[in-house]
Amino acid sequence: MTVLTVQDLRAGYDRDLAIVKGVSFGVPAGQSLSILGPNGAGKSTLIKAMAGLVPCFGGAVHLTGQDVTGLAPHHLIRRGLGFVPQTENIFTRLTIRENLQIAAQLLARPRREERIEAMFTMFPDLAARPRSLAGALSGGQRQMLAAARALLTEPSVLILDEPSAGLSPKLVGQVFDTLRRISAAGVTLLLVEQNVRAALALTERTLVLVDGQVAHDGPSAPLADGALLGRLFLGHRAEAMP
Amino acid sequence: MNPQAIIDGLIAGSTIGLGAIGLTLTYSILRFANFTHGDFLAWGAYLSLSLMGLIGGLLAGLGVRLAPFSFTLALPLAVVGGIALTVLLALTLDKLLFGRLRARGADAIIIVMASFGASMALRSLLEFIYTAQPAYFTTALQIAKPLGLGLRATPDQLLVIGMTFVLVAVLHLIVTHSAMGRAMRAVSENPALAGVYGIDVAQIVRLTWIIGAGMACIAGVMAGLLVQIRPYMGFDLLLPLFAAAILGGIGSIPGAMIGGLIIGLAEAFAVQIVGAEWRAAISFVILVLVLMLRPQGLFGKAGG
Repeated sequence: MTVLTVQDLRAGYDRDLAIVKGVSFGVPAGQSLSILGPNGAGKSTLIKAMAGLVPCFGGAVHLTGQDVTGLAPHHLIRRGLGFVPQTENIFTRLTIRENLQIAAQLLARPRREERIEAMFTMFPDLAARPRSLAGALSGGQRQMLAAARALLTEPSVLILDEPSAGLSPKLVGQVFDTLRRISAAGVTLLLVEQNVRAALALTERTLVLVDGQVAHDGPSAPLADGALLGRLFLGHRAEAMP
Repeated sequence: MNPQAIIDGLIAGSTIGLGAIGLTLTYSILRFANFTHGDFLAWGAYLSLSLMGLIGGLLAGLGVRLAPFSFTLALPLAVVGGIALTVLLALTLDKLLFGRLRARGADAIIIVMASFGASMALRSLLEFIYTAQPAYFTTALQIAKPLGLGLRATPDQLLVIGMTFVLVAVLHLIVTHSAMGRAMRAVSENPALAGVYGIDVAQIVRLTWIIGAGMACIAGVMAGLLVQIRPYMGFDLLLPLFAAAILGGIGSIPGAMIGGLIIGLAEAFAVQIVGAEWRAAISFVILVLVLMLRPQGLFGKAGG
């Protein structure tokens, strides 16, 4: 079953200067998808438009069959779309538990504490000091808290914007281990990532975006040697390649 | 030095602190210095005064004085209605002016200038409706009773100080321990992320106006009860309100209250030391000193 469908989506910050120029794809439930591309290709704008943070000028986004195009983020999360921004993705002046409590507010009262404890079980680093200010966490722990917050409401689709940005190689490993566990648990995962190798190793399928349009859509494995990806990044469309 | 300055300072500080709470919340959540906040105090006082007259006229039984205080039962009832109307005024102003500017992505300075213009319009409207003549909630004279240590206060003054501390404690508990308070703190830190977390930011904005305007109305009634009501009473309090909010640290409710008390006490002692003509300058001196020495205020966080 296709859980997320994007049809001919046009989005950006200025109607006369669309950054995403007619992107279409569908994601079956439980699949993990990387969105790769050179700088300025429109990857982050695409997922922000899907998450209600950037205006859509045309096209549609359907989540579990419902049209959610242009809905505000707080409505989208209630419909099952979790989004983790690249930076400033936790409230640093609130405690770790308070960050999770805010997300838990969307659940029925009896389930709130149960889901917070489930996240502490999944991310033991966070459970060690729930009353600490989130601003005191390391970069990797912040990403874990951001992921825990998004997963707490059990979204049907989880979208992450460059979860490894600015992290040391060791922390990148930790973050991708976490994402692997999330994906293995059956969560549909969409990932924009600059760390191409790690993204290809994690996800089953890859979408390459060049100049706001889909240049390639297929399994991740064939892209691992880098040659095809390099040509795609330079602007060659997959069907035009030998 | 006359120790009575302590009571005088606490009374003035209570009004300033309560008024500064709304200002600090608006500043931290909506991110602009709201010049109309002082006028919410004045409008709250006048609206409560009108309602008090209306209630007193309709229900003669409520005209009995609430001993040992100087006012009748009609005043507390009128304040409830006054709060509702002041909140309505603030929400209408946000809907017609500030909300539209926010939706257009206007810079903070544009919104500040709009609030400055709205403030002048509100003040002129108040003067047009009620005239510039001072008005009073009560003309009853109260005798200040000795409290010991050379201090004296009237029952009304003690009520104002007590009510202020209760209101601040309740508000502080709500903001620090409730889901609503967590959401307010989250929006204050990062409104875009708050939406991603599932918080309805527009609802938190409305809540901020409701709390701010409600506190402003109570502060206006307190000031009117202890002194008098004038259309310019809010404008005259603006500088002390800003000084208290900044001294306490933007976004901090106890900070705004403590800032208000410090400003009130400093003004009261300044009257004794350097003369009453310097009273208004004290807020400005404190404001400048805080901005130079500790811009984040007493309870604010550096860089935040």
